Amino acid sequence: MTPSAPERMVGQALKRREDPLLITGQGSFLDDIKLTGMAHAAVLRSPYAHARIRSIDTTQARALKGVIGVYVGADMTDVNPLPCAWPAGGVPNNLVTPRALAVDVVRFVGEGVALVVAENRYIARDALDLIDVDYEPLGVVVDPEKATMPGAPLLHESAPKNICVEWAAGDRQGTNAAFNGAQVTVKERIVNQRLMPTPMETRGSVAKYESSTKEFTLWTSSQAPHVMRLLLTAFVFGIPETKLRVIAPNVGGGFGQKIFSYPDMVFCMWAARKLNRPVKYVEDRSENFKSSTHGRDHVTDVEICGTRDGKITGLRVKTYAGMGAYLSTIAPGVATTLYGRIITGVYKIPNVHIDVIATYTNTAMVDAYRGAGRPEASYLIERMMDRWAVELGMDPAEVRRVNFIQPNEFPYSNGLGLLPYDSGNYAPALDKALAAVGYTNMRAEQAALRKQGRYLGIGISSYVEICGVAPTAWVSKEGWAAGLWESSNVRVHLTGQVVVTTGSLPHGQGLETTFAQIAADELGVPYDSVIIEHSDTAGTPFGYGTYGSRSLAVGGTAMFKSVQKIKEKAKRLAAHLLEANPNDLIFADGKISVKGSPDRAKSLGEIAAYASVGANLPAGEEPFLDETTYYDPPNCTFPFGTHICIVEVTPETGQVDLKRYVAVDDVGNIINPLVVHGQLHGGIAQGIAQALYEHAVYDDNGQLLSGTLMDYAIPNAGMLLNFEIGHTVTPSPVNPMGAKGAGEAGTIGSAQCVMNAIIDALSPMGVRHMQMPATAQRVWNVLQAQAK
Amino acid sequence: MAKVTVTVNGTSHTSDVEDRTLLVHFLREQLNLTGTHIGCDTSQCGACVVLVDGKSAKSCTTLAARCDGASITTIEGLSTDGTMHPLQEGFWECHGLQCGFCTPGMIMAATDLLAQNPNPTDEEIRHGLEGNLCRCTGYHNIVRSVQYAAAKMRGEAVSSQNA
Repeated sequence: MTPSAPERMVGQALKRREDPLLITGQGSFLDDIKLTGMAHAAVLRSPYAHARIRSIDTTQARALKGVIGVYVGADMTDVNPLPCAWPAGGVPNNLVTPRALAVDVVRFVGEGVALVVAENRYIARDALDLIDVDYEPLGVVVDPEKATMPGAPLLHESAPKNICVEWAAGDRQGTNAAFNGAQVTVKERIVNQRLMPTPMETRGSVAKYESSTKEFTLWTSSQAPHVMRLLLTAFVFGIPETKLRVIAPNVGGGFGQKIFSYPDMVFCMWAARKLNRPVKYVEDRSENFKSSTHGRDHVTDVEICGTRDGKITGLRVKTYAGMGAYLSTIAPGVATTLYGRIITGVYKIPNVHIDVIATYTNTAMVDAYRGAGRPEASYLIERMMDRWAVELGMDPAEVRRVNFIQPNEFPYSNGLGLLPYDSGNYAPALDKALAAVGYTNMRAEQAALRKQGRYLGIGISSYVEICGVAPTAWVSKEGWAAGLWESSNVRVHLTGQVVVTTGSLPHGQGLETTFAQIAADELGVPYDSVIIEHSDTAGTPFGYGTYGSRSLAVGGTAMFKSVQKIKEKAKRLAAHLLEANPNDLIFADGKISVKGSPDRAKSLGEIAAYASVGANLPAGEEPFLDETTYYDPPNCTFPFGTHICIVEVTPETGQVDLKRYVAVDDVGNIINPLVVHGQLHGGIAQGIAQALYEHAVYDDNGQLLSGTLMDYAIPNAGMLLNFEIGHTVTPSPVNPMGAKGAGEAGTIGSAQCVMNAIIDALSPMGVRHMQMPATAQRVWNVLQAQAK
Repeated sequence: MAKVTVTVNGTSHTSDVEDRTLLVHFLREQLNLTGTHIGCDTSQCGACVVLVDGKSAKSCTTLAARCDGASITTIEGLSTDGTMHPLQEGFWECHGLQCGFCTPGMIMAATDLLAQNPNPTDEEIRHGLEGNLCRCTGYHNIVRSVQYAAAKMRGEAVSSQNA
C-alpha cells in the first residue's frame, strides 16, 4: 500500500481552524468567565491630571448593600509597583512605574484612586459615586517637549525636567560635518500624534486565590501570559512564580496594548487574596482610553542633507517622546531601540545621528502600539524623502530608487547599532507597486485634472521594519531585562495525534492554523491531527508571547526545531525496528523508510505507538516522542515593501477621498496567504486611520478630549476602501521557513503613504508638510493659511 | 423590578429584572449567552448587536424591560440544525474575522442588512455596517464575506475566490 503523498499545506490559503468557535458565539473572552462566588470590581479614577490626594472617605460606599470591600492605594502598599522590563540601553533611566492604585498623588486623568468590590457590577459602579476624594490640583503638562522646559510642573522628584531618558545613536560629529558641507538641506518639524490602540475587546482580569495552597490563577486579556506571571510574582507580589498560573482566554485584539502588566492584574489578585473570593474587573471603553496604554506621541525635528543629484548624505533627528505619567512595561525601549535604530529606513545614508529625549507628562502611559517605534521611524524618513524630492524637483519614486540599499549590500548595517538587515531587494517592490498603480499614466491624469481644478495626489512609501524581535544577546545590550527567545514542545501521542505547545499565542493572527500547516508538512501527518496549544502557563514551557511580529519567525522556528528533533528520534527508533542504520533512513510523507527499499518502512504513527509503549526500545532511548526547544534566533528579520496611495482632495472643504491603495509587501515566504493578507489589510487600515482620522487629544488641563468612541475616530467600513495587495518574495536567511513576519508591516508602511499623497495633491498650493490626522478641518485650515 | 418574558433563539424565558438592566447584561449574565459582546459604552462599536423582532439593535443601549414580549435572536441562534448561516460561512470562507470579538455583532447587523437589501453593492455593505467597528480586518474581507453570503442566499454558486 502506497498512499499518495499528502498535500502540502504550507502556502495554502487555508481557512482558519479558529473560526467556527468565534462565528457561532462560543468563544470565551475574559468577560465571559464566570466563577463560583465571583465578585465584581470597579475603580474610582482621578478626574484630575495632577493633584495631591488630601483625603479619601469611603464610609458611605462601604455601607452600601452588596459592597464587599473598598480599598485605596495605601491599603496595597504591601505589594510593589509594576516593573519596567525595558529601560533604554546604555544610558541612565529615571524609572518611575505605577502602583495598583495611586498613593498621595495622581498624575493623569484616569489613574486609579479607589477600588470597590461588590456582589455585582451594577452595585460596584453605584458605590463609586459614594466615595468622596478631596483633591488639591497641581500644575499640568501634557506636551513631551514642553515638559522639559523651565517652569514646567514636575511629575516625579527623581526625574529632573521630567526627563526619563536621554539617548542617542549614530555619529554626531560625522553627521554635523556632512551638514556643514552639504549642497542641499531640508528640515521639518514632524509630530507623530498620540494614538489609542483600541482593541475591540477592552482589557481586564479575573483573579482567583486558593488560601490552602496560596496559589493564584489569573485570567487576563494578554499577549504574554508567561511574562505577566513572571512580573506579577517575582516583582510585584514577591512570591515564587509557581504560585501563579496565568491564562489568556480568547483575546479580542491586542495591537500592543495587551503586552503589558497593568494595575488591574495586581488589584484583582490582591483583592482575591484579601477576600478569598474570585474577583473580576473588566474596563469599559472610556477606562480603556483613559488608563490603558496609548501609542506614538513623538515631536521631532528632522533634517536631511545631500547632493543636487538626489543622493542623501546626512540625517539628523531630535525626538521628544512622551512616556505618559509613568513608565509602562517596555516604553523606553520602544522609543529608543525600536525607533532610533531604524531611522534610515530603506536608504543608504552615510552620516546619521539621532537624539531621543523621553519625558513624563500628565497623560496615560505610552507604550508599544502596532509597529512600536518603527511606524514613527518610517513616517519620519518617508515624509522627508518626499520633502527632499520636492526640494530637488525630482520624482519621489526616483529619489527613493537612487538612495536604496542595493541587493548586493545585504546583510546591511545601517550604522545605528542595529543588527544587520537580513535580506532585501527594494527596487522590485517599488517597481511592482508603480506598475500596479499605473504610475506614469497616473501622473499624466494628475496633471490633466489639475487644469480642471481637481487635486489628485499620489503618495509613495518604501519601508523596512524589524520583525521577529530577538536575539537575547542583542536586546540585553539594548536594556531589555529578560530574554526574547521562544519555546515549543512537540509530542506525538500514542494515536499519532501531534500536540504542539508554544509560548507564542494568537489574538487574531491565526497561529493555530499556520503553525499546524508547518508541523503537518514537516511531519507528513494530516493537518487535522496537529493540535496547537497556547496561552496557559500551566503545563507549557516559558515563552515570551506574541508581539513585534515574532510569532512565526521566533515561535514558529522553535516549533520547527522541536519537530526536527522528533523526526531524528523517530528515525533512531525506526532504525532499531527495521534493523537498519539510521543514516540509511529517510523521513518523508510521514514515513521512515530505508533508502532504496521503500517497502521497509514505518509510519510516524507506528513509531509513536511503539515509543509510547516503550517495550523494546534501543539502549539509551527514552519512551515517547516528546521534544522541547528553547530557540533564540541569530538575528531579527527585516520585511519591506512599497505602498502607493491615490487620494483626491477637495480644496473647498478639505475633504480627502481615498481612491486606491496598492501595497507590495515582501514578508519573505508566506505560510498562509489568506492570513497574511488579513494581517496586511488590518495593518494598513490602522496606518490610514492615523493619517486621516485618529488623534488622542489632551487639553492643557490634561483632560482626554477623545475619551470615548464618539470622539476617537477609529474608522468604520465606510471610511476605508478595498486594498490591492501584491508581494515580492525575498526569503529571510534567519529562519528555516524563510519567513519575515507580517503583523506590523501594513501599519509601518501606510500612514506616510497617505500623507505623502495628500501633500502631493496640495503641492500646487505650496503645501510641503502638514501634521496628522489630515481631517477636513485641518486640510482646510492649512490651505487657508497657505493662501494668505 | 420588572417581570419580562422574551423569546430568545426560539426559547421563551420569564425573568425578574432590575429596571435598569441592559439587554446585553440580561443575555450574557442571566441567560449565559456570552456570544453577544460589549466593546464600548457609547453605542458606537456594535459588538452587542442582536435582532429584536428581526431588526438589528444595540443591546448595550436597550433595556431588558423594554423587550417584554419580544423575540430576540443572538449569534448563538443563527445557525439551524448545526448548519452555519450563510453569513457565518461567508465570514469563515473569506477570512472576515481575526480576533473574532466584533464578529457576532457584525454578523447580526449584516443579517438585517441582507434582509433589507439582498443584492447590495460593496458601498452599500460598507454604509450598512457603519454602526459596527472592527479593528482587525480593515473591513476588506468583511465586505467580501457579506457578498459571499448575499450570493449564497440568492441561490447563486459561491466561492471565497469570487466573493
